[in-house]
Amino acid sequence: MDRNSSKYILGFVLILTASVAVALTGLREVTKEKAVQNEDIFNKRAILSAVEDELPDGKKVSSLSDAEVADIFKNMEQPVINMQGNIVEGEKAESIDMAQERKKPEAERLLPLYIYEHNGEKFYILSVRGKGLWDEIWGNVALKSDLSTIAGVAFDHKGETPGLGAEIKDNPAFGAQFKGKEIYDNGNYVSVKVRKGGAQDKQHEVDAISGATVTSDGVTKMLYSGIKNYEPYLKQLK
Amino acid sequence: MAETAVKEKEPILAFGKKERQLLTDPLNDNNPITVQVLGICSALAVTSLVYPAFVMAIAVTLVTAFSNLFTSMLRQFIPKSVRMIVQLVVIATLVTIVELMLKYFNYPIYKQLSVYIGLIITNCIVMGRLEAFAMANKPWRSFLDGIGNGLGYGAILIIVAIIRELFGKGSLFAGSPIEIKIIGPTADYLINTTQSTLFGWYTNNNLMVLPAAAMFIIGILIWIQRSRNTKLIDVS
Repeated sequence: MDRNSSKYILGFVLILTASVAVALTGLREVTKEKAVQNEDIFNKRAILSAVEDELPDGKKVSSLSDAEVADIFKNMEQPVINMQGNIVEGEKAESIDMAQERKKPEAERLLPLYIYEHNGEKFYILSVRGKGLWDEIWGNVALKSDLSTIAGVAFDHKGETPGLGAEIKDNPAFGAQFKGKEIYDNGNYVSVKVRKGGAQDKQHEVDAISGATVTSDGVTKMLYSGIKNYEPYLKQLK
Repeated sequence: MAETAVKEKEPILAFGKKERQLLTDPLNDNNPITVQVLGICSALAVTSLVYPAFVMAIAVTLVTAFSNLFTSMLRQFIPKSVRMIVQLVVIATLVTIVELMLKYFNYPIYKQLSVYIGLIITNCIVMGRLEAFAMANKPWRSFLDGIGNGLGYGAILIIVAIIRELFGKGSLFAGSPIEIKIIGPTADYLINTTQSTLFGWYTNNNLMVLPAAAMFIIGILIWIQRSRNTKLIDVS
C-alpha cells in the first residue's frame, strides 16, 4: 500500500487520534473521582492553615491525614453570608468559589465563613481575595471569638515573584506576624496594615516584605476590603 | 506487530555495549541540557526546589522513554508528510497521562508544577529524540535512548535544584515527607544561625530563588564540563 497516498494518511491519522481519544477519556473517567477529592482536600488544608496553631492534638496541617481534614470540615459550622450580612440558607461555605464570587457585582457576592471549634473556643475563618503585583492573591484569616484578634492567617498567590512577593506564602515569618493583631481599634474598624519600613503601631500593623511593595500593599488592601465585607455579619454576632 | 517482527530478525542484546552507551552518553558527553542546550525553559522554572525538580525529572524520563518506544514501534507506518504531527500526538498523550496520574496520586505537587507538566509537550528534548533517534532505530534501543536522555536532563535539573534550594532556602526536599532543614534562623534547622557563632552571618540568598540563578548555575556547569571533558573541547 502506498504510504504517501492521501487515503492512507487520512486513515492513519483518524485511527491514531480516535484510539488516543478513547484511551485518554477512559483514563480520565477512572481517575476523576479521586482527583476531585484530592483537590477538595488540598483547598481545605489551605483554609485550615489559618488555624495552624489550634489544630487537634497540636498537629500541623501537613501532618493531618486526608480523613482527619475531611472530618474537621464535617463537624464545622459553615454558613454562607451575603454582602448585607444575612445568612444565605441552603448554601455551604465549602462550595463557594472565591474566584467566581470576585467576578460578580459587589453587592451580589457571597462570603464563606468557617466556624472552627477547638478546646471550646470558636475561631471564625474568613476568606479574602485581592490583587498582588502580577495576578490575584488570596488568603484566609482566622479571628478569635472576640471577633477582633487575629488567630492566624494563610496567604496564597497565583504568580507573585519568587523570593519577593511570593514570600507572603513561602515565608512563614510573614504570616506569623499577624497573630495577635487587632482589626478593631476601640470599636472602629481599622483592619491590619502591612507597612513598608517596619510596623509602627504594634497592634494594627505588620512589617512589609522588602522589595515587594506592590504585593505588600495588595495584602493591606485585600485585608481591609475583604474583612470589611464580613462586617455587617460580624456586628450582629457581637 | 512491528516489534515482534524486528526481534525475530536480529536478536538484540538486552544490555550490550551499545545499549549501555545509549544510557550513559546523555549523562555526560551528550547531555541534553549542557551539551545540546535543550530544555532550558523548564530547567529554569522548576529548579528552585529539589522535590518538584525530582518529580519533573521522573515525568520527563517517562515521557521521553515511552514516546521513543511508541514512535519507534510505529515508525514504519507513519506517513512521512505527517510525521511531526504524529509524534506530537504521541507526546501529548503521554504528557496527559502523566498529568492525570499526578492529579490522582499527588495533587499538591501537581499544583506546584502547574503549567510546566503540560509544557513537557514543547520540551525540545522529547521531540528532538523522536526525530533524531526513534524514527530510525528499533524499539528497545529507542526506549533506552529515551531513558538515558531523560536521566541526563533530570541529573542537571537535580544538581541545579540542590544548589538553589540549599542557598536560597537553607533546606533540601522541602514539601516532601523527607524534608531536611539545614541552615536557617530557627531551632528546626540543623545549623541555627541565631545561635551559631560560626554561621551567624548567614542569610538566605534571594537571588537563588529567582530563575536567573538557574541560568548562572547551568552556565557554570557547562563551563566545568567543557574544561574537563576533552571530547567536548572542539565541539563548539
